[in-house]
Amino acid sequence: MSVIVNDMVIRFANVNGTGSASANNMFSKAIFRMGIPVSPKNIFPSNIQGLPTWYEVRINEKGYLGRRAGIDVLVGVNPQSFDQDMLSVKPGGYFVYDSTKPLYEDAMRDDIQYIGIPMMQISMGFFDVARLQQLFKNIIYVGALAALLDIEMGVIKQIIEEQFGKKPKLVPPNFKALEAGFNYAKEHVECPLNVRVKRSDNIGDRILLEGNEATALGAVYAGATVAGWYPITPSTSIVKAFETHVKKLRIDPETGKKNYAIVQAEDELAAMGMVIGATWNGARAFTATSGPGVSLMSEFIGLAYFAEIPVVLVNVQRGGPSTGMPTRTQQPDLISTAYASHGDTKHILLFPSTPKECFEMMADCFDLADRFQTPVIMVSDLDLGMNIHLTDPLEWDDAREYDRGKVYDAEALDKIERFGRYLDLDDDGVCYRTIPGTHPTKGSFFTRGTSRDEYAKYTESGEVYVRVVNRILKKWETAKQYVPAPELYQSEYSSRRGIIFFGTTTYAALEAMDLFKEDGVELDAMRIRALPFNETVEDFIEKHDEIFVIEQNRDAQFRSILINELDTNPAKLIRILNFDGMPITAQTIMELIMANVESGMKHASSVQ
Amino acid sequence: MTYVRPTFRHPELPKNKIGYAKADYEGAISTLCAGCGHDSISGAIVQACYEMSVEPHKLAKISGIGCSSKTPTYFLSNSHGFNSVHGRMPSVTTGANMANRDLIYLGVSGDGDTASIGMGQFVHAIRRNLNMVYIVMNNGCYGLTKGQDSATADFGSVSKPGSVNQFEAIDLAGMALELNATFVARSFSGDKTQLVPLIKAAMSHQGFAFIDVISPCVTFNNNKGSTKSYDFVRDHIEMTSEFDFVPEQSQINVEYEEGKSASVPLHDGSVIELRKLSPEWNPTDRFSSFTRLKKAKLKGEILTGLLYIDPESTELHDLMGTTDVPLNTLTQDVLCPGNEQLQKINAGFR
Repeated sequence: MSVIVNDMVIRFANVNGTGSASANNMFSKAIFRMGIPVSPKNIFPSNIQGLPTWYEVRINEKGYLGRRAGIDVLVGVNPQSFDQDMLSVKPGGYFVYDSTKPLYEDAMRDDIQYIGIPMMQISMGFFDVARLQQLFKNIIYVGALAALLDIEMGVIKQIIEEQFGKKPKLVPPNFKALEAGFNYAKEHVECPLNVRVKRSDNIGDRILLEGNEATALGAVYAGATVAGWYPITPSTSIVKAFETHVKKLRIDPETGKKNYAIVQAEDELAAMGMVIGATWNGARAFTATSGPGVSLMSEFIGLAYFAEIPVVLVNVQRGGPSTGMPTRTQQPDLISTAYASHGDTKHILLFPSTPKECFEMMADCFDLADRFQTPVIMVSDLDLGMNIHLTDPLEWDDAREYDRGKVYDAEALDKIERFGRYLDLDDDGVCYRTIPGTHPTKGSFFTRGTSRDEYAKYTESGEVYVRVVNRILKKWETAKQYVPAPELYQSEYSSRRGIIFFGTTTYAALEAMDLFKEDGVELDAMRIRALPFNETVEDFIEKHDEIFVIEQNRDAQFRSILINELDTNPAKLIRILNFDGMPITAQTIMELIMANVESGMKHASSVQ
Repeated sequence: MTYVRPTFRHPELPKNKIGYAKADYEGAISTLCAGCGHDSISGAIVQACYEMSVEPHKLAKISGIGCSSKTPTYFLSNSHGFNSVHGRMPSVTTGANMANRDLIYLGVSGDGDTASIGMGQFVHAIRRNLNMVYIVMNNGCYGLTKGQDSATADFGSVSKPGSVNQFEAIDLAGMALELNATFVARSFSGDKTQLVPLIKAAMSHQGFAFIDVISPCVTFNNNKGSTKSYDFVRDHIEMTSEFDFVPEQSQINVEYEEGKSASVPLHDGSVIELRKLSPEWNPTDRFSSFTRLKKAKLKGEILTGLLYIDPESTELHDLMGTTDVPLNTLTQDVLCPGNEQLQKINAGFR
């Protein structure tokens, strides 16, 4: 068997709540520090303790970070899932397992290799307390993997030293466990295995970061001072990370008091109400939720749309409908988010595909919300939000100034004769607002969700209503030039076929394009980064006969939005869908596209 | 339509100490039914703000949906107002307050808004001791949808078409007391002498100040047999005390009989002076307030006046340790940590 270096998928099968996450992260970080691109994914249950949980790591020298099917090495630490785990290994792969207790021979396969490490037994030899035995068992398998895969021990040891910098007493027992695992593997197995790693130089200055933490940092840098929120997986870690960072970065040096306010709301409705109240009152505020939260916030989102109040919302999507698959990834809320609320509403959406983009787009959301006085929603997903991704380092341009949009201050109010909150003075659909408390006699108005005229007075006149809602639609047109433009992957179009994708599908889509290219198949590609769609999107669709729209939901919702917004001929847009809750792979994209192309050709030939 | 009052004012109208006439606190002409209790409450708000010399733009008025929630149009037209969605005034007020702790927040709600659809938001605003005045204009029915019973309609109360309410009423003041609200009062829209000083005291209170104002609906719930009609309320009203609110640094000119008088100093230097009408009740003793309220209920009385106040109340911002400066005034140089800091943060992700 040939040796495969720096190209593997390794999956850890653990019991949740046993401290395995920390050991698994240590593993990924060690690969990262050896200069090899790495892409870990948590596959976890909606549970706190005792159920199977997996951690799947793709290691790839070329830098492909999307999920890849086929497990080369499975680290089986959970007897509950042994049977299933054994089946998931690809032929010729390895099953590294805790051999403290023997495996049932009936379930064993003869096309994979078994490597037994008595992890628990070794741990029990060193530690008395059950909890410690459990925890160090994890470090023992990291040590064993270091021997099996040829990971540099020095790198792992440094990570341990950093991790326990504040509790140096914990370093020696961790070293002891690590070495015990390493030595056992060295003594009992021919190390390293045929799949292994080797120091490389393919990381550059990139970092390993979760999308949610990057999003939180975007909010910090954009100057958000108020967060109202309600916990929901997979969005919770955004506000938690926001809190962690503002605790360090936003304390008034003189008084020690907080330059921020975070309120855990009673539900998602209240969370959105708080954001609306705060932005109406001139602060930058945001909330984060997932699909079910967007459903609950919909009434308020409509208020913000119609009363023209800036709102920044993050929807970290998970599997739906209803409670759905709350710990699995999907892109299933596109329609419910784009058109959230009753009546004619539509919202600016931003689609990040990397943590770096989460940071940048989150900051952009605040500028866009203030500029257009409307809800701006960043649509992320569980895969991006809750997994660490190899991403370019975050950067903030210190010359950048917040765009607070059109706001009259007291001086400006003094100069105008009569303030009209909803007058379109600049003919771009965007009006001037005032913040409560600005001026003793000028600029006050009544904000309402009812129909009103240009002076914010209640009206039931159909003519005025039509004028107002058409003017709000004009903002949508103006916004097309402000939202992040689509990314094109060719300087000029060379194929009659194109692919459109967005968000986390990007990783797999780009890999599929490369693989297609190796097969001699050229596809033009466009990554859409925002709604409303601008002219480039229209042009791309116009210039191609057949467009594959790749997305992660059952009903091809993104395709529906393209058709709805651009009046595209639906026959041109072909659905490429993955919605089993696991991140889409390049192989899936290729298979679905090829199946379609072949069936299309068969159809064409049968006509001839 | 919004009816706007003429802006011409008599030049010699009396002014308060910051130079505003009472007319400066008025709003558009009400479109509520003639005789609606809510209009009297609007009048009491105007009176209280005028007497307290509140700068109109330093107050924000926020409401939900319903007849009551329309009233912010009818007072304080120089203040920003926000007519939000049904039952959600408390969360909007929470956000607004977080953004700027320096304004006075006057939340106006109805019994449908607070006791039904917005119950969750009401109780959580109490729980957080949000610094606001929360007025419920309580008429026991849904006016805008033509008179359905609300959750504050009393058991046995007869509606205009003649049906008898089968359900127990939710007593919002009792509930606020139970939830440890730091200022709880009940009043009657027809008793301005009591309501105006209550609103003034509520505005001075640091924390959640709740006033449940019985406010008869002349169109749908003022009939014989209704327990929220003008006649019924007038016949059954009972007061905790005679009550006066003395603003900061004013001469105290009310003198009550020794032994029955109580004086409650507030954070801002103002004082509540009252003459107690029952010896066992003490406005700063929550338990005595409970007892007094329960006794009144047993006797079929509608107990009004200040029920409870915690003069040591700590409002939400102080509980959270927010900076004293309104958050909405912080500028980019304070808020944005800059790229150098970001590069240090990046280093932690390697």
